[in-house]
Amino acid sequence: MKRLKYLAVIITSLLLVFTLTACGSQSLSSQNIYENDKKSKTVTWGVKADTKLLGLVDVKDGQEKGFEIDLAKAITKKMYGKDAKAKFVTVTSQSRIPLLKNGNIDAIIATMTITPERQKTIDFSNSYFDAGQSILVKDGSPIKKVQDLNNRTIIGVVGSNSVQNVKKFAPKAQVLQLPDYAQALTALKSGQGDALTTDNVILAGMAVNNPGYKLQGKAFTTEPYGIGINKGQTDFKSAVNKALSEVENDGTYNKLIIKWFGNVPGFNYKEVLRNDSSTNK
Amino acid sequence: MIHLLTSNWNEFISGFGWTLLSSVLALFFSLIVGSLFAILEVVPNKFLRIIGNIYVEVFRNIPLLVITMFFYLVIPLYVVKINGFTAGTIGLTIYTSAFIAETVRAGINSVDIGQMEAARGQGMTFWQAMRYIVLPQAFKYVIPPLGNQFVNLVKNSSVLAFVAGFDLMYQGNAIASQTFDTVNTYIIVGVFYLIITLPISYYMQHLERKLA
Repeated sequence: MKRLKYLAVIITSLLLVFTLTACGSQSLSSQNIYENDKKSKTVTWGVKADTKLLGLVDVKDGQEKGFEIDLAKAITKKMYGKDAKAKFVTVTSQSRIPLLKNGNIDAIIATMTITPERQKTIDFSNSYFDAGQSILVKDGSPIKKVQDLNNRTIIGVVGSNSVQNVKKFAPKAQVLQLPDYAQALTALKSGQGDALTTDNVILAGMAVNNPGYKLQGKAFTTEPYGIGINKGQTDFKSAVNKALSEVENDGTYNKLIIKWFGNVPGFNYKEVLRNDSSTNK
Repeated sequence: MIHLLTSNWNEFISGFGWTLLSSVLALFFSLIVGSLFAILEVVPNKFLRIIGNIYVEVFRNIPLLVITMFFYLVIPLYVVKINGFTAGTIGLTIYTSAFIAETVRAGINSVDIGQMEAARGQGMTFWQAMRYIVLPQAFKYVIPPLGNQFVNLVKNSSVLAFVAGFDLMYQGNAIASQTFDTVNTYIIVGVFYLIITLPISYYMQHLERKLA
């Protein structure tokens, strides 16, 4: 009986510690990020480290590279001036929202689709990219479209909404969720699944690096990517939106699109250009 | 937290079931494999001793995740297709068996050498003496450290989450990323692990008192 009492004390104190840490981080994230960053002239962005073309840490020099990285740098400069610095913290689909909530990062620019479920937890900027979900298969695979995946195994990544989406189109598919895209791709190569699903731009990056694998079928969803911002950070959010539309209007956005997506087979970059008078879109 | 638990009850319970199944399988096989290699490490034959030593030293000193990834990603490429659950359980068995082998070997060595000599003097073969005289005494000594290994095994089974083994941690990750309620999800997952590990701890203490 005495032992049980000790146990109860231990468990209660553990719960208390958890609740207290939760409270602590709440107050950190409720500070005004816009003013804080203005003083330090630094914005801390959560970015992907494993997504070629969008956000990738180059193993040779340890630098983050990709469309989202360049866009984040451009937005930071528009927000706080030429000498402002963008700091990058690598996140995964699974860790990005918790890291934002507890104040480790100011904003997420990491292939995150604007969804109603996520909007309950965090705020989004205006969309900065329009992706669509698709599938990646091995050359010669019998799978032609997402519906062919019924009764087959499909690989996704924990925390991305693509695993929930694919169930709508192929309800009988078995879904395996792996920790990140690198591992998901390796699992596909090992034959642990018949296809890999996520947004077409991410898959395009994989197809570029891995001959023998290709994007299959049309995108079956629209995935508007948004910059994730903590709830209540209205100053910061409107500053980001303002900077984003400036970047789109002065042509920087389209330059970045052409830089990163200009030469990707199977991906028509002209569809994602914005506010560009020269292409009449 | 209650709402989180009830609305994701099926996921938690199926994760709990796979974790339990994987732990029980790995516990059973690692005990057998571990004991075998422990005996190999003390047999008179030098060649067998070397094999036992290599097995233990190699698998004791490689991270569990590496062993599991090897079975999940490499074996399917060249040998046979195995799913995440199997790969995880095999990895867990091999990894734990190396530790169990060391534990049991220590137990065997702590049995007075005279016991073995006396048994051999009675006309028993090495294996008979091992089976009937030395091992029963050895296991008595190693119950406390074995209990530790079993508890570690259950906790290490969370490696299945990395190879889509549908275990408790895998479900926890999925639920946390869908509900965004990270703190409460992992508290619940932790409590589910306690449900498995605490009885093991208590049973091992009970066994220790009974046999000591």
